[in-house]
Amino acid sequence: MIRLFGILTGLVFAGVALISFVAGFIAWASEEHVETAEYVFHKAPEDVAFSFDGPLGKWDNVQLQRGYKVYKEVCAACHSLKFVAFRDLQAIGYSEAQVKVLAAEWQVPEYNASTGEVETEAGLPTDNFPPVPYFGQGNPPDLSLITKARHDGTNYVHALLTGYADAATYKNDEGVSLKEEFPDFETPPGAYFNPYFPNLNLSMAAPLTAAGQVTYDDGTEATVDQMSQDVAAFLAWTAEPKMQERKKTGWWFIGFLFFATILAYLAYKNIWAGVKPKKSEAD
Amino acid sequence: MSFPWASQYEPQNPLMKWVDEKLPLPRLVYNAVGAGYPVPRNLNYMYNFGVLAGFCLVLQIITGVILAMHYAPNALVAFSSTEHIMRDVNWGWLLRYMHANGASFFFLVLYMHIFRGFYYGSYKAPREMIWLLGVVIFLLCMATAFMGYVLPWGQMSFWGAKVITGLFGAIPLVGEPLQIWLLGGYAPDNAALNRFFSLHFLLPFVIAGVVILHIWALHIPGSTNPTGIEVKKESDTLPFHPYYTAKDGFGLGVFLILYCLFVFFMPNALGHPDNYIEANPLSTPALIVPEWYFYPFYAILRAFTFDFILPAKLWGVLAMFASILLWFFLPWLDKSPVRSSRYRPLYRKFFWVLMADLALLFYLGGAHAEEPYIMLSQLATAYYFLHFLVIVPIVSSIERPAPLPYSITEAVLGKDDDATLDAQAAAKA
Repeated sequence: MIRLFGILTGLVFAGVALISFVAGFIAWASEEHVETAEYVFHKAPEDVAFSFDGPLGKWDNVQLQRGYKVYKEVCAACHSLKFVAFRDLQAIGYSEAQVKVLAAEWQVPEYNASTGEVETEAGLPTDNFPPVPYFGQGNPPDLSLITKARHDGTNYVHALLTGYADAATYKNDEGVSLKEEFPDFETPPGAYFNPYFPNLNLSMAAPLTAAGQVTYDDGTEATVDQMSQDVAAFLAWTAEPKMQERKKTGWWFIGFLFFATILAYLAYKNIWAGVKPKKSEAD
Repeated sequence: MSFPWASQYEPQNPLMKWVDEKLPLPRLVYNAVGAGYPVPRNLNYMYNFGVLAGFCLVLQIITGVILAMHYAPNALVAFSSTEHIMRDVNWGWLLRYMHANGASFFFLVLYMHIFRGFYYGSYKAPREMIWLLGVVIFLLCMATAFMGYVLPWGQMSFWGAKVITGLFGAIPLVGEPLQIWLLGGYAPDNAALNRFFSLHFLLPFVIAGVVILHIWALHIPGSTNPTGIEVKKESDTLPFHPYYTAKDGFGLGVFLILYCLFVFFMPNALGHPDNYIEANPLSTPALIVPEWYFYPFYAILRAFTFDFILPAKLWGVLAMFASILLWFFLPWLDKSPVRSSRYRPLYRKFFWVLMADLALLFYLGGAHAEEPYIMLSQLATAYYFLHFLVIVPIVSSIERPAPLPYSITEAVLGKDDDATLDAQAAAKA
């Protein structure tokens, strides 16, 4: 009875799935397939070699400090960094005294209970990075977690910052011209073409446009590519300040587990030695 | 119940004697996972996953209870409290990554445990109750995992909750009020987050309770084994301790190495980047997907696209629930008296087709809802239902199984002297 009922139920579900398949197939076979520019011309970010890549990766504090400077002087005009506190900057090589000075360079909103007003004050190491008011087009996301919130995020940040192009003359790596393939493709006013952005047009104008836009203190040449790499590295750090600690701890765990597993294997072989038939006996 | 040759707990220490008289808890443990539980001697590594699943449950409860000490289940601060755990709580990043990846590995282990049951016919009489309780555990785990994924209140948390609770809206007449009642509002918000947190904390202990019943039910007939034939005598078995504690201990080590590789070196590989974006009811992600372990069922849900008598959405919801609930009937759908696929040549072929079908559904559940993925998932879904509800019953009727060994001893050692004795006795009679 159960089997009969089961067979009927199975045939019904399988049948309806197959009807859906046939309907879907007819629709798919009969309609015209229009490819979109977003699908054809969207580009995956290129790999950049960062010091913190791989299981042995370590932060390059000098690079992170350069990246902080790029964030402060360029990105912070529109993007907040709300999950990071100034005190956290000690982890990228600033001293306690330096952090006090760095924090004081920022204006942090503070509610004044006696006047009922929100006033801005110089930041303290205990404060988080302040919110950034923005009134332009688009919606600048908070950058604290951006490298974890995008596929291949660190490379994506670098690729996006260096990937701005002119849609009218843009050709992809195979040499196919965007305008020839999709003559209707347009970048709306106030938007900028960038093949690394999912729909190819974004509201952010290229923020890093000229070498030397940020003056580096350590003598590194501030090319657009260098600045993009540095700020991508800094944002990788803000997204996961504990990454280096995590990888280092991991080696201890894995090392211990290897040792313990070998011992467990030997114990297992030892205990079973008396009862496991040898191959020759079993034959 | 146990086999008559099971060794008995005999405490030597006066304190343990005293405890045993008052509350025989050590005796219970001894008989459950100690030397007092005789187990078939031929269990392979596929039989390791039950112990591993129990380990995962304990791991999730421990890390989860500590995470709950730092997490705030309020829609305004849930996301930032998760970041607080990652940044400011001592070893918080480790706890959270262990818990998040622990859920993935829990499901990996559960799937291996279930597929082992499919292959070796573990669901068959006299072990139906173990199987039924196992399906209950799996359903509870799914509910728990789903609600846990909502807690960080990222974009996937929010939209996943919206899609899954939206399924109840497909039920005719009562669907919409039911959905509002479940969520405590028209969309997931603070009320939903709070009740999900409460249930996410409660359900693991319910799971632990059903696990105890699952193990209790297991100890009545005893474990199955790769030959599928029942234990006949003492030479067929070995005591659980030290033989299987040692074997499972090695398996646990291998499991932990794999698990730690993910926790420490690719902790976000199994998650979705969108869940690091705070929940935003006004911005729908391009692709809403559950965690990978729900992909096959999500693929089945999305496979129904045609309004055949009932609306397509309702078909999808019915099929998704049916795809798991049908496991409850498996012991009665498969009437072959032979348990193990080793001796079922035809069933074994279909088992591997099912594995390939599930692998396809795993892939399709995470793919964009576009062609050809939808058409493929429709074919894979059709096979899934045909396999369990049509092929398994028919194969079990028409199949001619291979000859079974006389005993587990014979299967392991190649010969069993009792078998020839029986044959002589039969010849005399």
